[in-house]
Amino acid sequence: MALTILRNSQEMSETKEFVFEETKDYTGAKLGMWLFILSELLLFGGMFILYSAYRYKSPADFHHASKELDVILGTINTIILLTSSLSVAVCISAIQKGQRKLSMYLLMVTMVLGLLFLVNKGFEWGTKIEHGIYPNSPVLLARTKGEILFFGLYYVMTGLHGLHVLVGVCVLFVMLILIAKDKINRMHFTPLENSGLYWHLVDIIWIFLYPLFYLIT
Amino acid sequence: MTSTGEAENIRPRINFYEERRGILSWILTLDHKRIGLLYLIFVIAFFFSGVVLGFFMRLEMIAPGGTIMGPQTYNALFTLHGIIMIFLVVIPAIVTVFGNFFLPIQIGARDVAFPRINLLSWWLFVTGAAIVTLSVFTGEGPPDTGWTFYAPYSLRTSVNVPMAVFGVFILGMSSILTGINLVTTTHRLRAPGMTWKRLPLFVWAIYSTSWVQILATPVIGITMVLIFLERFFGVGVFDPTKGGDPVLYQHMFWIYSHPATYIMILPAMGIVSDVVPVFARKKIFGYTAIALSGMAIAAVGSLVWGHHMFVSGQSDFADILFSLLTFLVAVPSAIKVFNWVATLHKGSIVIEPPLLFCLAFIFLFSIGGLTGLIQGALAPNMHLHDTYWIPGHFHYIIFGGMGFGLFAAFHYWFPKMFGRMYSRKVAKWAWLIMFIGFNIFYFSMLLLGWEGMPRRYYDYLPQFRSLHLTATYGSWILIVGLILMFGNFFRGLFRGEKAEDNPWNGVSLEWQIPSPPPTENFEQIPVIQHGPYDFKELTRNE
Repeated sequence: MALTILRNSQEMSETKEFVFEETKDYTGAKLGMWLFILSELLLFGGMFILYSAYRYKSPADFHHASKELDVILGTINTIILLTSSLSVAVCISAIQKGQRKLSMYLLMVTMVLGLLFLVNKGFEWGTKIEHGIYPNSPVLLARTKGEILFFGLYYVMTGLHGLHVLVGVCVLFVMLILIAKDKINRMHFTPLENSGLYWHLVDIIWIFLYPLFYLIT
Repeated sequence: MTSTGEAENIRPRINFYEERRGILSWILTLDHKRIGLLYLIFVIAFFFSGVVLGFFMRLEMIAPGGTIMGPQTYNALFTLHGIIMIFLVVIPAIVTVFGNFFLPIQIGARDVAFPRINLLSWWLFVTGAAIVTLSVFTGEGPPDTGWTFYAPYSLRTSVNVPMAVFGVFILGMSSILTGINLVTTTHRLRAPGMTWKRLPLFVWAIYSTSWVQILATPVIGITMVLIFLERFFGVGVFDPTKGGDPVLYQHMFWIYSHPATYIMILPAMGIVSDVVPVFARKKIFGYTAIALSGMAIAAVGSLVWGHHMFVSGQSDFADILFSLLTFLVAVPSAIKVFNWVATLHKGSIVIEPPLLFCLAFIFLFSIGGLTGLIQGALAPNMHLHDTYWIPGHFHYIIFGGMGFGLFAAFHYWFPKMFGRMYSRKVAKWAWLIMFIGFNIFYFSMLLLGWEGMPRRYYDYLPQFRSLHLTATYGSWILIVGLILMFGNFFRGLFRGEKAEDNPWNGVSLEWQIPSPPPTENFEQIPVIQHGPYDFKELTRNE
């Protein structure tokens, strides 16, 4: 193949600049994002299947273990994340109306709320770890199998979700820079809208995690 | 096929190879054709390594007892053969190479919907492949779990499982992004007049495959992450000592990996649907039925994973349900086979290499499909489970089906991709040798399984000796055919005569542009006025 290329290029007389048309297919970009969100849902879907199967197997253990989680911290985090979803939605409306300053401000609010969520989560994990409850810990292994599974799933699912929050904050940060550089503005805001969709996904997954771990007893 | 008849005279002769030069212009390219070829290089390299591993496995089995290697090496070989062939060859091959290269051209587009993400997919693929390869040479030795990484053994074995599953995870990300890209491309970038009923069936096949990639791959992603976490943090979700359920691991694994077998076969079916009409000089029979049966396979095929687990201890009700669904999924596959045969009926058949490979596909896939029905029934499954019957069956599907479909695609599109032609005579000989070798090899496997030889065993009883010997001879014949075929390609690449733009008289769009195509495929986006198998239209234009 390399030879073919070489031979052909010798025949070539002039080099044309290689330019790709910048396509701004709004619907296409949205469709792509929705497909990505669908695949993210199935990623968590696998975890939800595991949760359901194990909960069905040992309901009593799950009941006892879930009582040990701090409902107040969980509720505060839910409120934080729901508020951040609101602020990112308003941020998109602001950019659509050309209010650049306001949208940047709201984006920063969203990011701060996201980080606050993570800090809270960190405290929650920290307390549990202090009590010796973490995967493979002697304290946890001494408990019933259902409780081991509950806390295993708790760490894996909230951990995976936390990772998504972190990624979301980074994505929003990039959007902030793009707005500052006027790459995202009243005319062209698809990337911000897609980031907003991603943020809502992160929010919605938490909406399911919250009752599964904190509320159902 | 298009209204760009006058474009024939003014066509630009600079093709996409000449546009730019240097290694960077390749590994940072956004051109879907170049990305397709980048994948091709890796797929072929890994195919060769997979074949070499398979060759040594087969050689080891030529006689009972140890012949050329120890049992641990043998375990590593069948594991690596599986991982490489499944994750690095069979799943990506047609979608990433030919899907990338031809799907945009066939729908009349200049590129895919997200060219940058397309490049990112390739980089993820390379990264994943590199990690999988590294897992062979680092840690305490290559994985020995089989490509399925079944818990709890994969949690206990001392060898380098975590790295391999991490590599598979990265490969999955690449696969998802490719799927998203191709679905969006099909929805958004069809040329004016390219209605859904005028799409070439290859596009339909890639489209349905891409849906499976988007929806099924995340499940194996999370499963691999869990194995990874299990190894490093001992979470316990699949560990029976901590309450975890290994059968649940099998469920999670096959929720992806059974649909993955349709990721493998559907694109090959698309190729057969495209090639058969061209060489029968006749419109495809049952266009809508073939297109929709592909979607049906993708949908029903996602609900049959439990037939891998009939002896795992899942409930009887689950067994019966999965068996029933397995029989159902055979219906759309059979619809396709009948439609291909009906297309050939009363056609004006031209025997050329691509058609021969497609005929082999139909024959071998039928055997694979029918043996699948036998093991899909509950009672025979008890007898056949984990015997050589199973690898015999799935090699008929994956190698006989997907592999021969891939080879058909090579022979069909080679002149378009490289602008040169291979020797058709040698190609036909290679086809015949491979076809004979294949059947000797894998039919012996079916017989071995029928007689009760368990799969993945290092040693065997003397009564199986003659069949193992036959299978090994068959593998040698098959490899001779493979060497001949690839030798023919390499010779064609450098010394082959210049190919015409439309050597097979195809009607679909890729044959209406120069070979090799220019960078953005079309001078002007064509306006489509008829379907991709309308051969009357072609002769009228001539």
